[in-house]
Amino acid sequence: MSNQKKRLNGGEREDEDEDDAEGIGEWERAYVDDRSWEALQEDESGLLRPIDNSAIYHAQYRRRLRMLSAAAAGTRIQKGLIRYLYIVIDFSRAAAEMDFRPSRMAVMAKHVEAFIREFFDQNPLSQIGLVSIKNGVAHTLTDLGGSPETHIKALMGKLEALGDSSLQNALELVHEHLNQVPSYGHREVLILYSALCTCDPGDIMETIQKCKKSKLRCSVIGLSAEMFICKHLCQETGGLYSVAVDEVHLKDLLLEHAPPPPAIAEFAIANLIKMGFPQRAAEGSMAICSCHKEVKIGAGYMCPRCKARVCDLPTECTICGLTLVSSPHLARSYHHLFPIAPFDEVPALSSLNDNRRKLGKNCFGCQQSLIGTGNKPGPCVTCRKCKHFFCLDCDIYIHESLHNCPGCESIHRPKSVSLMEE
Amino acid sequence: MASVASKLYSDDVSLLVLLLDTNPFFWSTTSITFSQFLSHVLAFLNAVMGLNQLNQVVVIATGYSSCDYIYDSSSTSSNHGTGNGMPALFSSLLEKLEDFVTKDEELSKEKNVSKDRVASSLLSGSLSMALCYIQRVFRSGHLHPQPRILCLQGSQDGPEQYVAVMNSIFSAQRLMVPIDSCYIGTQNSAFLQQASYITGGVHHKPQQLDGLFQYLTTIFATDLHSRGFVQLPKPVGVDFRASCFCHKKTIDMGYICSVCLSIFCEHHKKCTTCGSVFGQSKLDDVSSVSDKKRKSPDT
Repeated sequence: MSNQKKRLNGGEREDEDEDDAEGIGEWERAYVDDRSWEALQEDESGLLRPIDNSAIYHAQYRRRLRMLSAAAAGTRIQKGLIRYLYIVIDFSRAAAEMDFRPSRMAVMAKHVEAFIREFFDQNPLSQIGLVSIKNGVAHTLTDLGGSPETHIKALMGKLEALGDSSLQNALELVHEHLNQVPSYGHREVLILYSALCTCDPGDIMETIQKCKKSKLRCSVIGLSAEMFICKHLCQETGGLYSVAVDEVHLKDLLLEHAPPPPAIAEFAIANLIKMGFPQRAAEGSMAICSCHKEVKIGAGYMCPRCKARVCDLPTECTICGLTLVSSPHLARSYHHLFPIAPFDEVPALSSLNDNRRKLGKNCFGCQQSLIGTGNKPGPCVTCRKCKHFFCLDCDIYIHESLHNCPGCESIHRPKSVSLMEE
Repeated sequence: MASVASKLYSDDVSLLVLLLDTNPFFWSTTSITFSQFLSHVLAFLNAVMGLNQLNQVVVIATGYSSCDYIYDSSSTSSNHGTGNGMPALFSSLLEKLEDFVTKDEELSKEKNVSKDRVASSLLSGSLSMALCYIQRVFRSGHLHPQPRILCLQGSQDGPEQYVAVMNSIFSAQRLMVPIDSCYIGTQNSAFLQQASYITGGVHHKPQQLDGLFQYLTTIFATDLHSRGFVQLPKPVGVDFRASCFCHKKTIDMGYICSVCLSIFCEHHKKCTTCGSVFGQSKLDDVSSVSDKKRKSPDT
């Protein structure tokens, strides 16, 4: 049994359990660390059963879906698809706290990395920039760019927590950067705040008003406790304020910001953006690529305006500045514009009618049996349009990842529907 | 696109989900009959299941008006059969396929088919069903075969399915499920080429349909782990250019509406899709103009 305890930044573990930990076996760790007795609950006859996570998970998911569809209210809400987002991470001394294992800093960095990847997956035409607050001063880690690797490398480069945190300095810096962004883009700021105070050189209320006038939408995720100034900032600028209670909750809150928020129409001016759709370079062709300045053979793309070679899409051509994308990148955002309606829950008691008996034996998507224990119909959902039945897991998968209802797609549509006619 | 990294569960055990095109409008125009085609496919399925004891095969039929599951090798009911010459393995498959084709024909008669519409099959429907099934396999625990999808398609692409097919492709990419495609029609299918390219699968258009079995077993029967050692057909000239919404012609430079991402080939004043007027701020500029007017008499 190893007696070494990890010390981060000179902080000492306050758990006294660790001192008694010498000599306990691996099997006992489950009781010391994981508290496995909490995963049990009593059912109606007083017998112990493990917690039925799937029902709870599905209930949570349906609540979330109901909130979202209530907000959309059946009309097609415009979403801000071209986003310029700055992530501000607080690296003050409060980030070295260890209430999130191993430290708030490490947890934030890990989840921000996952968030960046998810963000570019859902918003391929958008750009991210990173800002850190250290010693009361805000530093730009990376400028606005569309490549996830650059940002992740810069973020993981130096992880250290020092000094005070200053919200005003961060907002001033971000405001300066985002003022240079084209007018059709949506300007957003996401602040990960661990400190409980802010040391500002001037009047932060003025800065907040300045941000509001420049149409910056600021959201804050707090890691310690709710603060009035963060709440005020979010209310003024129309963002979301939430405080994470544990690591899983922090990840959920972060990923909530990945899909495009409903756009406030006055915030971004609609504009026609000139973009190029490059062809793939022929196999075996040699050229000097404009991003790395080295000779590359084969795989790459040619800018249609200046014929420069670029390695990856989407990007901005370094020579002529034309935004280069491919049609799948645009197609990634189409599901935000054509969302599918949520499925309706089928109440268990009324489901013995003919329709259910005919169609409802198996889930239409995955063919899993919908009959629960004891030959009674189990919980399932149904689509309003095609009337097919689906199991709960397919429901979650269809609405969160697939964005197509298999039943509606399996019906022949007699008229050729144009892309935007829905 | 880099090839798919295989999940390290069972090394070369695979789950093959076969999407079979049964569109009668396509099959009436081919050189090979549907029954000849089926004999190639059944022999191929036998070969796949013979490669490894744990391999699984699921067949979904892509019809003209509907899609349905035809065969699942892991379900117990498909293993019973009378076996009069035809192996008991596939008698249920053929029965179900016949039922499906009859039902599909009835459904097609109900909706009046316009002759000038492109006779496309419901690829998006069967892709979505296949992905739901694969998602169920992933949920079943750590020990499961590596899934992949094989599209045997001959019908042309239906442009109304573009968004749904792209959604399925991106979902497959996220799940790391490659979509292989074997196109047996006459023209090229841009959907299938893009699907295979984005998800890391193999796309091939056989030159001679008489030898279909050979193409299937040499290219599409290899499991994901072995693909690292086998020389498979490389993707040739996948066209990622977009087509403009106004004329439907392929363009390599165009204008995109920042609100709804519609593509136009020339400058417009107004977006035809979402109705946004370009270059005009929604905020009223009248107040600032009147201020300026008020200033001049004072000075």
